[in-house]
Amino acid sequence: MITPVTVYVPRDSAARSVGADDVADALVSAAARHGRLIRVVRNGSRGMLWLEPLVEVATPDGRMGYGPIAATDVDGLVAAGLFDGADLPQRLGVVDELPWLAAQNRVTFTRIGITDPLSPDDYLRHGGVVGLVRALQNSPADVVAEVTDSGLRGRGGAGFPAGIKWKTVLDCTDDLKFVCCNADEGDSGTFADRMLMEGDPFLLIEGMTIAAYAVGATEGYIYIRSEYPDAVATTRAAIEIAYGRGWLGDNVLGSPLNFDLHVRVGGGAYICGEETSMLESLEGKRGMVRAKPPIPAIHGLFGKPTVVNNVLTLATVPTVMAHGAQAYQELGVERSRGTQVFQLGGNIKHGGIVETAFGITLGELVDGYGGGTRSGRPVRAVQVGGPLGAYLPRTKFELPMDYEAFAAAGAMVGHGGIVVFDETVDMAAQARFAMEFCAAESCGKCTPCRVGAVRGVEVIDRIAADEHRDENLALLEDLCDVMTEGSLCAMGGLTPMPVRSAITHFPDDFLAGQPIPLHISARTEGQP
Amino acid sequence: MSTALVRDIVATYRGQRGALLPILHAVQEALGYIPPEAIPVLADELNLSRADVHGVVSFYHDFRSAPAGRTTVRICRGEACQAVGAERLVSHVRDACGMSLGETSLDGSLTVEQVFCLGNCALGPAAQVNGRLQGRLDESRLSAILDEAVAQ
Ligand SMILES: Cc1cc2nc3c(=O)[nH]c(=O)nc-3n(C[C@H](O)[C@H](O)[C@H](O)COP(=O)(O)O)c2cc1C
Ligand code: SF4
Ligand code: FES
Repeated sequence: MITPVTVYVPRDSAARSVGADDVADALVSAAARHGRLIRVVRNGSRGMLWLEPLVEVATPDGRMGYGPIAATDVDGLVAAGLFDGADLPQRLGVVDELPWLAAQNRVTFTRIGITDPLSPDDYLRHGGVVGLVRALQNSPADVVAEVTDSGLRGRGGAGFPAGIKWKTVLDCTDDLKFVCCNADEGDSGTFADRMLMEGDPFLLIEGMTIAAYAVGATEGYIYIRSEYPDAVATTRAAIEIAYGRGWLGDNVLGSPLNFDLHVRVGGGAYICGEETSMLESLEGKRGMVRAKPPIPAIHGLFGKPTVVNNVLTLATVPTVMAHGAQAYQELGVERSRGTQVFQLGGNIKHGGIVETAFGITLGELVDGYGGGTRSGRPVRAVQVGGPLGAYLPRTKFELPMDYEAFAAAGAMVGHGGIVVFDETVDMAAQARFAMEFCAAESCGKCTPCRVGAVRGVEVIDRIAADEHRDENLALLEDLCDVMTEGSLCAMGGLTPMPVRSAITHFPDDFLAGQPIPLHISARTEGQP
Repeated sequence: MSTALVRDIVATYRGQRGALLPILHAVQEALGYIPPEAIPVLADELNLSRADVHGVVSFYHDFRSAPAGRTTVRICRGEACQAVGAERLVSHVRDACGMSLGETSLDGSLTVEQVFCLGNCALGPAAQVNGRLQGRLDESRLSAILDEAVAQ
């Protein structure tokens, strides 16, 4: 009997967005035409997105990579020996050994791109479920202690220690508690949550199940933004499979734990990424931010104690449980322990996922892994941490990626998104955009945010038109103070960060007579 | 609009906690939009005020009160896509189709909208065409997508 050659083509939506489905189809037809037996596995993406679609062929030497591949190239490549790992111009080498990948420390993303995301057997073969089994052998309090000791902090932006949050929920005596996964990932420049849900959904399910056990919850929700239809479909499919395996439902893995998990789809509102707004949305309401206290850990979904964590936070927990707090906590620097999944996007040559211990510098990510700009022009500005994060110039490239070091520099690590701009960027336009984005996405509850952002746009327009420039710059400064001090949540509270950093680091762009080209059309619907 | 259809959808989701959002998604999936006449029906079925239901429908950018075109193109204007020419795509749509963002063409073939981030920030500029993600777009690829949509 002839054994088929295994060929991997990612099913990740980024890979599909540049033709992976067509490549998979072309491989199947070419194999038939050339009389070859192949087995196509739709894996997740390795996160080397500039190489997508990246095709891998299993060879005796390892998985040989070819990319980027166009569907129209496939027939020729097959004729030239693709299925035997032939040395063709598109050949990259054994994928695991590519320096870009080999230099990383993949902890949360260990399996992504390697396995078939919806194969539970693959999941088991690659170390899945070990963390859950170990958790169930320990007491809930021990699991919480392990997560606390690992130093794991929330990956959704604010960096709050996960263990402390869990302890609060564990200590509540209510008979109904929830675990909610924040998969709203609205920040521009971030896509790790999406890739995790599409590339290794069982990991998130396992992490949530461990969380449920640790705090005594019986129901969970994954709130996924509607902009991610592939992640929604994959996560739902994975949940079905997990029920079938006894990883969810009554008596998880034969233990006393009962845990039901549901996917909910958002409505296209950025503010629903804020945790209390997300809870309102899950309750079927407008996503208006709630005042804290009470905190969601005590008074969360439907008024019950609720763990709210980001996708990556929850997906890191199985590893912590499987390998122990110590191993995780040994990675990183200062109070930023473990690894962060950095996401390189925008005008960048080698965009994608870099998972590495905290402490790597911004420059190592942008110039090193990222290889500078895609356009080939010099890097001028880098926005770190999403639309509410600071714009940094090259002079800040020595900054280590570390929550506290970034905060001290008037910036934030946030969800680890890094967006690169070349020298053609107009920083006044970016500052204006930050205000405009806030105006469009504000939940409307408080005046500094709702009205302040609209005023911010107007003031920046006047600065650009050189109307009383100095007075208007002072006014903008005041406005930023009011927004920072007077906003209920970080939407209004942090919008000044990109604005101020643009003025501080790129003052020339706010000089007289500079045009500000960018205009976001007003939204006609959906505004309160 | 079929009132019975809306009532059927409610019946399917009624058992879920906080079911209004899933119900609205299902109504929009079935009808292409949330007809204003559906609001009193939903209010009645869910024991909410009409203002409550309307408040939810109007809060979320996803829900539309009029049908969209047969093809919906959502162009990403997040910062990462701006850094690689998202605004050029917006201008291109304006010049090539005479359409601004948020508009539906008169023949009902095309709706063009803006969106902020599709999670394809390393392969921008990006857009979503009838729910399907597209990356590394430029004017000519976008034109081809638009032409195909209009031809259908
Ligand atoms: C305006 C705004 C948007 C946010 N968006 C997200 C988001 O998309 N995903 C996320 O996980 N957290 C987001 N957060 C942070 C959440 O409020 C919350 O801190 C987080 O989900 C907690 O999980 P973690 O502790 O695991 O990070 C946002 C916060 C604000 C103020
Ligand atoms: S700061 Fe803005 S988004 Fe946050 S609660 Fe106030 S109005 Fe809503
Ligand atoms: S900013 Fe356009 S896909 Fe993220």
